[in-house]
Amino acid sequence: MGNIRFIEHDGTEHTAEIEEGKSLMQAALDNAVPGIDADCGGSCACGTCHVIVDRRWLDKTGAISSIEEQMLDLTPEKEETSRLACQITLSEAMDGMVVRLPEFQM
Amino acid sequence: MSMLSKFIEKGIETGTRMVPLEYQVKGSHVVQSVKQRLSLHRPIPVFVEKPIPDVATLSIDEIDVSNPFLYRQDKWESYFKRLRDECPVHYQKQSPFGPFWSVTRFEDILFVDKNHDLFSAEPIISLGPQPEGLEIETFIAMDPPKHDVQRAAVQGVVAPKNLKQMEDLIRARTADVLDHLPVNQPIDWVSHVSIELTARMLATLFDFPYEQRRKLAHWSDVAAGSPETFGGTSDTHEAFTTAAEAARLMSQLWREKAAKKATGEELGFDLISLLLSNDDTKDMINRPMEFMGNMVLLIIGGNDTTRNSMSGGVLALNQFPEEFTKLKNNPALIPSMVSEIIRWQTPLAYMRRVAKQDVELNGQTIRKGDKVVMWYASGNRDERNIDNPDQFIIDRKNVRNHLSFGFGIHRCMGNRLAEMQLRILWEEILQRFDNIEVIGEPKRNQSNFVRGYTEMMVSITPKA
Repeated sequence: MGNIRFIEHDGTEHTAEIEEGKSLMQAALDNAVPGIDADCGGSCACGTCHVIVDRRWLDKTGAISSIEEQMLDLTPEKEETSRLACQITLSEAMDGMVVRLPEFQM
Repeated sequence: MSMLSKFIEKGIETGTRMVPLEYQVKGSHVVQSVKQRLSLHRPIPVFVEKPIPDVATLSIDEIDVSNPFLYRQDKWESYFKRLRDECPVHYQKQSPFGPFWSVTRFEDILFVDKNHDLFSAEPIISLGPQPEGLEIETFIAMDPPKHDVQRAAVQGVVAPKNLKQMEDLIRARTADVLDHLPVNQPIDWVSHVSIELTARMLATLFDFPYEQRRKLAHWSDVAAGSPETFGGTSDTHEAFTTAAEAARLMSQLWREKAAKKATGEELGFDLISLLLSNDDTKDMINRPMEFMGNMVLLIIGGNDTTRNSMSGGVLALNQFPEEFTKLKNNPALIPSMVSEIIRWQTPLAYMRRVAKQDVELNGQTIRKGDKVVMWYASGNRDERNIDNPDQFIIDRKNVRNHLSFGFGIHRCMGNRLAEMQLRILWEEILQRFDNIEVIGEPKRNQSNFVRGYTEMMVSITPKA
């Protein structure tokens, strides 16, 4: 079983076990990672599960849809490797992946 | 194109920057008054309140949820429940606002809100049109790509980063209002607290003259009270005089800030200063409809919504007293309660779209060009998504999963500010008061859009 590492804005780390097929957002919620609000419950419609993926892992997270891109454009915290955690489906290939949390969710 | 924009366009050809915005609005008022006398204008509906029948006595086709008295007469729950259960995507052929579709279930609303490529927010998000001659341009009623640029220019003012700097100020002003409230006697919570606090907040956001802050609330009320737009009670002439006053004072504020900037003085974190510091928006004053549109959107957006959630929370805790006990025993529940208040109250009933193509939705075919109304107030009470939705439960599971802020690219920009204002209010209330008892029935708005209170008499018991 692999793991994902979440790093909060202040540096606090959290680890979540990878469950194949689950979304990164759900993994964060199930492991009580703070700072993921998930207001729309994973529909790519609120932008409150924003994470910044470590560059080395970005190609493992799959393609980004235009809807996701548009939602991310709404947040002033957006960075180059920003993703919505609800749009990333976990797989064992992501073992060791590091994602940072923005200071604020929109 | 609106009369006012035509008027302005013509002006631009002849060197318009010389014509102050206030006079442009006044000019439009004259045009509209003449048209009215000549009966050239679009008729404005008049709404006379009649008792609304029990929904069980009506056929499905007869149900008209655009009735601006549905909320006031507390019939909205039964009307929307019937639609959700029997006809979740419902067509009303002949309302005073014209024909429209109602989307009433949570999942269907989410679908419409998310798919802005299928459903356009243009020309406006209300059931009815804006008053003739007063059609402003706001990004809430624009599609991409124009929407994206305009929203990006102003969203910084209510972005969480900015809010952090405002928290202490909001808390001090909230404390000041609560400390001066008369206790153990009947007072109107709406005027003393809800309107006062939201007006103070708006004055802060705009750095508007503090002593004139109630004007902001008044402008918002007049704009949101348009009969043909929302089924409200505003008078057309009043709407024009109000718009002219707003145009004058907001333009003046802009010029003051611009002068400050010119002398190299440091600008604050208020809305106009932010617009002036951004290359895309620093000349917005020269695009009057866009300038006024942004001002009006932020004034309305920051007014009714938070105001009525401030009143709604008090009412909810009176209707569900065991939740008040729960709250007092565990004030850490305040953030969760704030989300529950926003769901339970749903201060704005809906947003409207227009289908850009034929769309199948829950067994119905919506035709290209049809008006589609997403009833957030109904979706927030959808039993399919929310357990015991009519109950107010401050520690509800998944409490943030409500529709009140909308979803997709038009999602409320001020959501974090609203949550912060309400959180601070309740933190400060619990410090001071043991009870806020609602005495008598509160008075509710006449509107199919704003779900709020015009008066709520309470008696406050301070902590021993």
